[in-house]
Parts: sequence; structure tokens; C-alpha cells
Amino acid sequence: MSSAEVAIEPRIHYLNVDYSIKSWLLTTDHKRIAWLYLMSITFFFTIGGLAATLMRLNLLEPQGLLVEPETYNKLFSIHGIIMVFLFLVPSIPAVLGNFLLPIMLGARDVAFPRLNLLSWYIFMTGGSLVIYAVIAGGVDTGWTFYTPLSSLYLNTHVMAAAGGVFIAGFSSILTGLNFVVTIHKMRAPGLTWFRLPLFVWSMYAASIIFIIGTPVIAISLALIVIEHFFHVGLFDPALGGDPVLFQHLFWFYSHPAVYVMVLPSMGVISELITAFSKKKIFGYHFVAFSSIAIAAIGFLVWGHHMFVSSQSVYAGLVFSALSMAVAIPSAIKVFNWTATLYKGSISYEAPMLYALGFIGLFTIGGLTGLYLASIGVDQHVHDTYFVIAHFHYIMVGGAVMGYLGGIHYWWPKMTGRLYPDGWARVSAIIIFIGFNLTFFPQFILGYLGMPRRYAVYPAEFHTLNVVSTAGASILGLGYVIPLIYLAWSARYGPIAGPNPWKATGLEWTTTSPPPTHNFEETPVVTEEPYGYDRLAEEIQVA
Amino acid sequence: MIDSRRKYKLHNSQTAVYEQFDDRTQQHEASSLGMWIFLATEIMFFGAVFTAYTIYRNLFTTAFEAGSHLLNTPVGAFNTVVLIGSSLTMALAVHAAQKGKRKQLMAYLVSTMCLGSVFLFVKFVLEWMHEYKDGLAPGLHWTYAGPQSGHVAMFFCFYFILTGIHATHMIVGEGIMVVLLYMAWKGRFSTERYNPIEMFGLYWHFVDIVWIFLFPLLYLLGAHF
Repeated sequence: MSSAEVAIEPRIHYLNVDYSIKSWLLTTDHKRIAWLYLMSITFFFTIGGLAATLMRLNLLEPQGLLVEPETYNKLFSIHGIIMVFLFLVPSIPAVLGNFLLPIMLGARDVAFPRLNLLSWYIFMTGGSLVIYAVIAGGVDTGWTFYTPLSSLYLNTHVMAAAGGVFIAGFSSILTGLNFVVTIHKMRAPGLTWFRLPLFVWSMYAASIIFIIGTPVIAISLALIVIEHFFHVGLFDPALGGDPVLFQHLFWFYSHPAVYVMVLPSMGVISELITAFSKKKIFGYHFVAFSSIAIAAIGFLVWGHHMFVSSQSVYAGLVFSALSMAVAIPSAIKVFNWTATLYKGSISYEAPMLYALGFIGLFTIGGLTGLYLASIGVDQHVHDTYFVIAHFHYIMVGGAVMGYLGGIHYWWPKMTGRLYPDGWARVSAIIIFIGFNLTFFPQFILGYLGMPRRYAVYPAEFHTLNVVSTAGASILGLGYVIPLIYLAWSARYGPIAGPNPWKATGLEWTTTSPPPTHNFEETPVVTEEPYGYDRLAEEIQVA
Repeated sequence: MIDSRRKYKLHNSQTAVYEQFDDRTQQHEASSLGMWIFLATEIMFFGAVFTAYTIYRNLFTTAFEAGSHLLNTPVGAFNTVVLIGSSLTMALAVHAAQKGKRKQLMAYLVSTMCLGSVFLFVKFVLEWMHEYKDGLAPGLHWTYAGPQSGHVAMFFCFYFILTGIHATHMIVGEGIMVVLLYMAWKGRFSTERYNPIEMFGLYWHFVDIVWIFLFPLLYLLGAHF
């Protein structure tokens, strides 16, 4: 795209409409709120990433290189708490979802703009409490807050961290509520359910999980605080309570939360795959319904976290079967993406590299999920590095690749500017290599029996841990490069024009960056989504 | 440049439609759906504690029954009637708002607030304070020495959590009603615009329904008079 094609007249859009601090902190524009989230979760990602770096450095030596075991516990706890609750869960919904959902629906804003702003303030309040807990002394319970460790035997600032997560949870609930109402009630004329972009479908599925799951973890964490302050045995076995009950309540949310992380990512990938193979998505209805299926089945699988607890064998069998059932809608997606790629005119732009990387990593993560859903195998690898590797492949390989791919794809829409393509491709490849080098050895480590959450390990695991740490430093580099060139691009990047990728979808029909009300006039939708076939014909005729 | 979406269309406050909506119907449908979804999250919120309560009640049936006997059932029954009464006046308030009858609306809102306050007063003064004095507040002042003291404490823990969360919801409701009453007094509602009253009505009925479940679960189940 040459800049000569683009009109250079000064134009009022959502970014330059007002420059004051107040106009940002009191904005009800969903696009500006998306930026507020983008800034804050990037900050949290940095903190969580630093904690991970210290952990990996510590594991360079079998007896621990840097920190005491106590400090190590605090590092992995804060890494988990921040990455899960303050980065992965809000990442795509709060940033890309907020920015794109109303535009993709042809709406002027979400249904409840002020509630949307409130969500961000709630999120920041919760996040600040978690950060306070880190500064004040750290948390050593792991991100799962398992009782009675977290309620009776705690010696640190678990209450602040649990309170922070409790509060941040309400931000998720309100975001989910806002999205569901927006999708139901704010669609442009002609935009029927089966003309919705697949990203919208996946946001819808994720919102359902937000709405149904988050209140449960909120109350569970509140119960921990109550047990701690009033010393009543809700979860403490000495007083008649049951710690496994906490695990049930915790995983009732936290397993579906994994799908909150990966479903939006799958929505992004659907958009990217079809846009960069210039082909209509294969099996639109199947991809759409598989999102809903994943959300629905996802609520029935939490028990696979408790195979080695006091749970009965029969419950274990049911949870095992249901957990494997999630593989069906997941595989439907992967097969449909592959079928979309088949005979497509594929271009390997940076977002596409992330999408292809996602498919590879998600497939590995998903297949090892089947191992863990099998009771026998799970008992062997339970709480080992195999589990760590599995959920990092899903949550980092899945969610972060989708997030970065989405950011790169819609960056020109968000800022109106392009980024250096070469750097973007290089960093996508670095991230893919660094990621595999970090986490693949951990499958082997776990299979060989190295337990998670330990600051020290037997010398026989030394080599693989060194490889993993080396991979982590490459991965870290891969995360820093986009930070630099995207920041550069936001100010100095070449002007993008409304549709740099020649993609379909309502968001590409408006200007970049969009005006405050998204469209000059409400769009009317008259055809199916992803009309790349028609687009290709038009180009040939022309 | 004025960021116009932050403001009502003030030229006609009677039919105020927020900037992001096309018309009043869309706005009304959106807020109804939003409220129902919010109530769904509330059900999940209470649901987790109800589940935990059910599990432990099954495990420690005798201790929980002993705990039930220590509650003041007549006072609880009185409060149940009061709360159902407040639901009635709230329904009448919504009706009055739809008909555009400002004075009736205000009267019914005030009645609902009064009944709600009676409930809270009874709860605090006639129940919680007594239970505290009798040494039935686990962790704070627990002197119950009967059999299975620990599991009776667990019952009371659930009792205070459940009724406490419920009372918190009522206090929030009372606060919202003050605002609604002020708005009604200022004449902000009309036959065209009564959405906030209707939405709040849903909330208030929900809080009542939760109590309708709480009363038998805590006071009546396994009780013999």
C-alpha cells in the first residue's frame, strides 16, 4: 500500500478528538477503553514475565541459582496470579473485544458504555491490590489458592491477592454482560446471527463463561477470607470442612477460564486464517457452534483436576470422558482451519505467522490434554512439569499467539499506521522457536518425573532445564521486539489506509482509525461473511 | 470538539435515549437483557454457597438441625412476611411508574423502603445481636458447648454468610431506592421512561426470592416445633 493512495486531509477520529488526560480517564468510547486495557495488561504482562524470568534463572542450577525456596514459591505464585487473572483472562476480550465488537456489529458503541469504563476501574483496583500483595511480601500459595494452605497456614498477603482477584472478577462479569447484550441487541440491520464474524461468536462463548463462571470463583475466594478471619472450618479438615470442596468450587470457574483464554484466541485465528488465505472459511456453522460447544462442555470437566484427590473413581470416569469430549469441538476448529488453508492463496504476513504458529502449538497442547484427561496417565504425570508444559502450550501458545496475531492484524485499524513488516515476521518466528525450546523439554521433564513448584531438583534433570531456560530467554527477546516497533509505529509508522490487508468484515469498511461513532452512517449488511471468493472474482474481472 | 456520547440528548429528558442506541425500544430491550444476565450471575454467586451448605448439611445432618433449632423461627417468619409485602409494594411501584402516576410511585417506593428497613432492623437487632450475645457467632464469640460444637459452628458460619450477603444486597437496594425516589420526586419518570424503576423491581424481587429459599433452608429444614 503506497501512501499516495491515501487521502492526506486532516480528519477527526477517536484518537485525536481530544488529547486531555481527562478525556482518556473518563472516556466511554469502547475504542479508548480498549487502549486503557492494552496499556494496563501490558504492564501486568511485564511483571508476570519478570517473575517467570527469575524462576527460569533459578532453575539453571539443580540446587537453585538465585533465590530461597520461600522466595521461589512467591515468584511462581505471583507469576500465575498475574498472568492468569490480570493478563490472559482480560487480554483478547478486553482489548480486541472491546475495540472490535461494536465495530464488527456495526454499532456505535457497546450497550452500556459507562459500565464498560467502570469495568476498567474495577480491573485496575483489583490489579493494584495484587501488586500491593507482591510489594508487601508476596503470596506463596500458587495461583490456585488451595486451602487450607491459603486459609489457615498462610504467612503472607494472601488476603490482599485473593481480594484483588475477587474484585478483578467483577470486571470480567461486567465485560461479559456488556458483550452479550451488545451482540443480542446492537447488530446493524441485516446482520443476522449467521452473518456474524467468527470472532464475535467466540467472544459470545467466552462471555457466557465470564457470566456463569466468574461469580463462583468470586464467592469461593470470599469464603477463604471468611474462613481465615473467623477460623471456621469451611475448608479446614481439622474443623470438619473439606479442602476438596474448595477445589471443586475453584475449578468450576478456573477450568472454563482456560477456555476464556483460548476461545477468543480461536476467534482471532479464524479471522486471520481466512483473511490471509483469501478464502471463505470452511464450515462457518461448525466453527461457530464449536465455540458454543467448547464453552458448554467446558463447564463439565473441572473434576479432571482432582483425579488424585478423594474424588470417587466413577466421578473420575465421567470427568475423564467429558474432558476428552472437549477435543471434538477443538478438533473441528483445527480441521476447518486446515481445510480453509487448503488451496488458498496464502500470504505469510506477520499475523498469519502467528496464526499458523497457533495451530501448531494448540494442537500439541490439545493432544497432551488428552493424556491428562486419561486417569491412568494423569496419575503418573500429576503435578509434574508435563502439566506445566501442557497448559503453557494452551494458554501461552494458544492465547498469547492469538493475542499477538490479533494485535498485529488490527493494529492498522487501531492506530491508522503500519508497522515494519520484516521485524514483525522475525519476532513471530523468534517467539515460535523460543516457545518450543522453553516448553517442549518440560514435557520430557515431567514424563521423567520432575515435580512442579520446587525450587530445587535432582541433578539428572539439569540439561533439560538449561535448554528450557535458554528457550525462555529467546522467548523473552521475542516479546520485547514487538513492544519496541509497535510503540514506534504508533507514532511514526506509515499511514495504513482503511483496509491494508484487503480483508472483508465491517471493521475494514470504516476509516482507520475509526471516527468516534465508528461509522459515518450505520452500515447495512446484505451478504454472508468472508466473501473472499466474490472478492477474487471482482479482482479477476477488473 | 465535544465528546457527545457522554451526554444524554438533553433536549427531551422525557424520552432520553442514550447515544449508542437507535431508539427507546432497543434501549429498553438491552437494559432488560442486561438486568436478567446480571441476575443470572447473582444466582451463580449465591449458588456456590448454597451448594456448599447442601453438601455439609448432608454430611452433618444432626449438627445442622441442632443449629436450626437455635434460630428464632417466629422472627424469621415475620421477616418473610415483611419481605413478601415489600415485593408487593415494589410491583405496585412499577405499575404506577408505567401509568405515569408520580405520587403513587413515590408512595409505593417509600413503602418498599420502609418494609425493607423493618426487615433489616429485625435482622440486626432481634436476630444477629441476640445470636452474638448467646455466643453463636463463630470466630468472634463462640461459646456453644453442646454436642458437635464444631459442626454447629459451621452451620452458623453458613447462616451468617448467607444472611449477611442477602442483607448486603438489601442495603444496596435501599441505597438505589433513595436515588430512584429522588428522581421520581424530580419528575424524571414518565409513561415514556420508567426503565430504571422496572429494572430495580427485578432486582428487588430477586433479593426476595433468595430469602424465600434461605428461610426454609436455614430455619425450617429438619425443625420440629
